[in-house]
Amino acid sequence: MTAMIDVTDANKTFTMHLQGGIELPVVSGVTFQVNASECVVLSGPSGAGKSSILKMVFGNYRCDSGRIGIRHRGAVIDLASAEPRQILNVRRSTIGYVSQFLRAVPRVATIDVVAEPLIVNGMPRTDAQQRAGNLLRRLNIPERLWQLPPATFSGGEQQRVNIARGFISDLPILLLDEPTASLDAANRAVVVELVAEKKRQGVAMVAIVHDDEIRHLIADRIVDVTSFAAAA
Amino acid sequence: MVDQAALENDQPLLVATSLSKSFGRIAACRDVSFSLYPGEVLAIVGESGSGKSTLLQLLSGQLAASGGHVSYRMRDGVARDLASLGEAERRFLYRTDWGFVHQDPAQGLRMAVSAGANVGERLMAVGWNHYGRIRETASDWLTRVEIDTARIDDAPRTYSGGMRQRLQIARNLVTEPRLVFMDEPTGGLDVSVQARLLDLLRSLVAELNLAVIIVTHDLAVARLLSHRVMVMKGGRVIEAGLTDQVLDDPREPYTQLLVSSILPP
Amino acid sequence: MNAPAYNFAYLDEQTKRMIRRAILKAIAIPGYQVPFASREMPMPYGWGTGGVQVTAAILGPADVLKVIDQGSDDTTNAISIRKFFAKTAGVATTTATEDATVIQTRHRIPEATLHADQVLVYQVPIPEPLRFLEPRETETRRMHALAEYGLMHVKLYEDIARFGHIATAYAYPVKVNARYVMDPSPTPKFDNPKMDNCPALQLFGAGREKRIYAIPPYTKVVSLDFEDHPFEPYRFNAPCALCGAENSYLDEIVTDDKGGRMFVCSDTDYCESRQAAGHHGSLSAAPYKEKAQGGTNG
Repeated sequence: MTAMIDVTDANKTFTMHLQGGIELPVVSGVTFQVNASECVVLSGPSGAGKSSILKMVFGNYRCDSGRIGIRHRGAVIDLASAEPRQILNVRRSTIGYVSQFLRAVPRVATIDVVAEPLIVNGMPRTDAQQRAGNLLRRLNIPERLWQLPPATFSGGEQQRVNIARGFISDLPILLLDEPTASLDAANRAVVVELVAEKKRQGVAMVAIVHDDEIRHLIADRIVDVTSFAAAA
Repeated sequence: MVDQAALENDQPLLVATSLSKSFGRIAACRDVSFSLYPGEVLAIVGESGSGKSTLLQLLSGQLAASGGHVSYRMRDGVARDLASLGEAERRFLYRTDWGFVHQDPAQGLRMAVSAGANVGERLMAVGWNHYGRIRETASDWLTRVEIDTARIDDAPRTYSGGMRQRLQIARNLVTEPRLVFMDEPTGGLDVSVQARLLDLLRSLVAELNLAVIIVTHDLAVARLLSHRVMVMKGGRVIEAGLTDQVLDDPREPYTQLLVSSILPP
Repeated sequence: MNAPAYNFAYLDEQTKRMIRRAILKAIAIPGYQVPFASREMPMPYGWGTGGVQVTAAILGPADVLKVIDQGSDDTTNAISIRKFFAKTAGVATTTATEDATVIQTRHRIPEATLHADQVLVYQVPIPEPLRFLEPRETETRRMHALAEYGLMHVKLYEDIARFGHIATAYAYPVKVNARYVMDPSPTPKFDNPKMDNCPALQLFGAGREKRIYAIPPYTKVVSLDFEDHPFEPYRFNAPCALCGAENSYLDEIVTDDKGGRMFVCSDTDYCESRQAAGHHGSLSAAPYKEKAQGGTNG
């Protein structure tokens, strides 16, 4: 079986031109694979480059060298060398990214913020809204808030809206960047459940989780990124 | 239907090849090449004098290039060199398949003519000859850009800046163009008015599968609206790519300077 | 001062040739505005300098000239121009539409049907129908060249939006020979149907704007409109008070300072010939009666 994510010898260095052009090595020789129905958790101390790796896998950070192989619609596409619109296609139908913060869209109702990824992929609005509602209910967002834009919500509520938006679609790859960071125990449990469901559906996941307990609950494998940390 | 759309999206709508423009000894635009696909939003960013407005004029055929060419895939699927189009063809393209949203709405609207006629003009230009249907379509579009239809008979000079800009958008979109050029569409508006306009543009672009080339010096506008960014400096494209790549992981010194100059939200 | 003070019909021959060339071009491209080198005339702009130059260029010694202003042969402007040509060209003049070979007009087309040997010369103040919506002459000329006439409908749209119907009552735009949109000068739209398929040649001269345009005989002239708001010539709901005509264009005449008024034909020749032929309106004898009453009271 071919891996869903196949990262080979990826390197990333920041060149800070505003600071006299100093080079800031981030990671080098990053190599790991993720299969379907598997959740890989990246571990390592702060600053080791976990988030950078996640962003490289999403195509948000560019690689200096190496390969980010993504299984997209039955073929493997290398995000490190893909055209912008190929990356956009991959994001639309293959990779989802759940960040810590909701990039609030002004004036759009919460229910629509959550339903949007489904609508973009062609699902009728009412069906999409129904699924969005189910998820919001599970994540304990009261129904009276659904029609309001999330920009005015508390941090925890915004994060749960963000999780709902991230988990709603049927994408085969999900990247989770601290999805439980500011959640209470009940909502953390919901996220663990959601991850388990995604695994059963065959989704490949890469996560960054600081909470040891959660990590134990969701990780199938742990990849220690310390070995990729580039020597300065 | 999905397959058809995918097929169409697979061919570029507009292709610029080595576009250059000099004014005397000054090179305002040098060797710019890119392809734009249906439904894609491309932001051209850079400071005043970087050549972004010149590039927009070259792309929209308002200015003749000194070198290179622009080809556009017409509605019949055939790609044509813009320079080879007759004036009648180019003007027809301009008021049917293209839109142009100016920074100053007074440039894009007839300020003394009612909002309904402003929106209906393009329809009448392509031969619509039924008052009732023209008015109905105009009123439909006013609703879509969130203008109270009770204001349909008022001239835009009685409108606020934000309303004028939304009216300009409706006037452009009424013929369902496939490509819209925008020159600093949010410039000169209050921040809250800007947010509403951007949000509206964002949803219209997605809904209509519009391709957009937007010139802006505001990176927040680029981030919110565009899929791709081209950074211009001294008439050249110095960096291009996926919007979030360029803005989150800028490589060129100038882009890093631009990105670091934004105030945090 | 025995030698004639003026060349025939005032203008010198070279000028007439230049104007005739413009006229020929205008006839060849129906509805197209041909620029010409308009001359200073011994009358102010706005008094028909364009029409006078066209008339001067086409007039021959055998022509019979009629001049009307708002349909009337006896207003100051009409009389002055008629006398001008009687003096400078020595041509015969008439007030009878039927007898005239050249009719110069301001704002009306005679009610009597014109025939093939006649030329109707219009005095035009502003020849450009697109002017009020698009002030740039460079742009309007391009729009004519490319037949981009959407803007004309914008004006009609505005009328309907504001008044519920097309309220443009004069200078109502027409399309000539299915090509050029033309301003028929400030004639009432009542007269528009008379331009269509007219046996007479119609020439338009704008002196200040230096433009000449034409409708050749038997040319299709269509008034612009919308499918659901078709062109309608103005209808009067009363007949002429003097001759009883029911389908002529009427002028409103105030008869006293108590709101009294009457409606009479604007075409004086038409009205008088009808009265001479025995037609009568409700107030035909009114002026005489008034006099009689005045006599009794005094």
